[in-house]
Amino acid sequence: MASIIQVENVSKVYDGGFRALDDVNLSIEEGEILALLGPNGAGKTTLISIICGLVNLTSGSVSVGGHDTIRDYRAARSLIGLVPQEIALEPFQKVLDGLRFTRGLYGKPADPDFLENVLRRLSLWDKRDSMTSELSGGMKRRVLIAKALCHQPKVLFLDEPSAGVDVELRKDMWEVIRQLRAEGVTIILTTHYIEEAEAIADRVGIISKGKILLVEDKDTLVRRMGHREMRIELLEPLASLPDTLAKYSLAQSEDRCTLVYSYEANGERTGIMSLFNDLNAAGIKLRDVDTRQSSLEDIFVSLIEDKPEART
Amino acid sequence: MNLQAVWSIYRSEMRRFFRTITQSLISPVLSTSLYFIVFGAAIGSRIQEVEGISYGAFIVPGLIMLSVLTQSISNASFGIYFPKFIGSIYEVNAAPVSFIEIVLGYVGAAATKSMFIGLIILGTAFFFVDLTIQHPAAMVAFLTLTCISFSLFGFIIGLWSKNFEQLQLVPLLVITPLVFLGGSFYSISMLPEGWQTVALFNPVVYLISGFRWSFFGMADVNIAISLMMIALFLALCLGIIWWTFRTGFKIRS
Repeated sequence: MASIIQVENVSKVYDGGFRALDDVNLSIEEGEILALLGPNGAGKTTLISIICGLVNLTSGSVSVGGHDTIRDYRAARSLIGLVPQEIALEPFQKVLDGLRFTRGLYGKPADPDFLENVLRRLSLWDKRDSMTSELSGGMKRRVLIAKALCHQPKVLFLDEPSAGVDVELRKDMWEVIRQLRAEGVTIILTTHYIEEAEAIADRVGIISKGKILLVEDKDTLVRRMGHREMRIELLEPLASLPDTLAKYSLAQSEDRCTLVYSYEANGERTGIMSLFNDLNAAGIKLRDVDTRQSSLEDIFVSLIEDKPEART
Repeated sequence: MNLQAVWSIYRSEMRRFFRTITQSLISPVLSTSLYFIVFGAAIGSRIQEVEGISYGAFIVPGLIMLSVLTQSISNASFGIYFPKFIGSIYEVNAAPVSFIEIVLGYVGAAATKSMFIGLIILGTAFFFVDLTIQHPAAMVAFLTLTCISFSLFGFIIGLWSKNFEQLQLVPLLVITPLVFLGGSFYSISMLPEGWQTVALFNPVVYLISGFRWSFFGMADVNIAISLMMIALFLALCLGIIWWTFRTGFKIRS
């Protein structure tokens, strides 16, 4: 797949001296759903804002569809739709008027049928003549999505789409996102909910303290998550492992009361049964058994914690 | 040039104006009528004539200018400050729109509104006094230039204001005194000699004087100087806006 967004060596230092982004490189492929995952203040919103033209970058360059976002900003921005994190709507504007306004900003001629389609898709058609101040929070968020879609963008950015949104609306939103992807729209969303990234993303980028730590296929990450550990607590401490157990590469705890066995849950043979048989044969008595899976969260936390402070 | 975007901003701003049409029009019409009653009828009946013109008619150009200046500034400053305040400016920033188009849309709408109000007040004036306009074309040109340049000025205030207080401060502290001391209700020649010189430093004097010339063919200062002053002010505002946006300042971080 061809890349539609290229972020090259982008840094952002705010006026106060805060370095929000530090030499970020990122290539986003056409038609994918990329989730940018990171704790609050990691630089997710700054990165999106730079690509969309809301924030000026300090150094580096960004191109969208081959158009530089500064030199050729009109062509670049025409391809982008943005759903901001905070609800920011003119309170006294009617929903449909707001959509017409946004479409006009992108230089597109009026297209009532298309706008009706967008509003229906987001279950807002009945509210087209309501002022935005009369709408519920969830509806306002959908209005923001409708505004982002009303000029038919090729790339859609959603900044924390699930913040303060109930489960029902979140599911609806994911459905809309999947439909858009099926239509060929590239989608980038930021989130700090790992489940959200797991549920809809094709790739996951992990960002922390202004640096991108990892961008990987979700499936690869899930495979990593398929890695499981079984902790076997023993009735009595085991001074040394018998040779018959060597092939399991078991780890022993310091007090010699626990054995840890690592295996692939998705593998054809987990080796659990034969381990138990061999333990039994060696006369080792078990107190308890516990298995746990490494989650995306573990990977995430270990990545963020492993990295030494990037700057002082 | 993304004319569609200019039109989109303009139309949306005008829609706001028409949404609040009652308060947008009633308040200037009411205050102008009050000025006519107090200055024109009550006090004016004792003044009779200024430079051969009945006092009631004499104050008409000044009254129109008073409203047009304050309305231009408040409309334009609010027009850009409000989306900044509620955050919806992000849409304009993320759209393929240049700063020239943003200025044309917002300032164009604000200037149209104050032009509208100026003409309504002129219409109201015909109910109170006998009025003939000697140079109608010049009158319209002066009014238009004033609407545009003071809407630009208001736009600058809106760009730079960090809160509602600052938004009110400049019009209150600077514009109102300048307008009242700018000869809205009297001829500069009625001032003591020293103050006449001081008055020449007030830019509003030139506006009102020039505007009055288009009505009555007489002015405190030469009409050419009036035109030059307003052109200078216009250029100054354009320069400040260009510089503000060039640095991405105030609406982009």
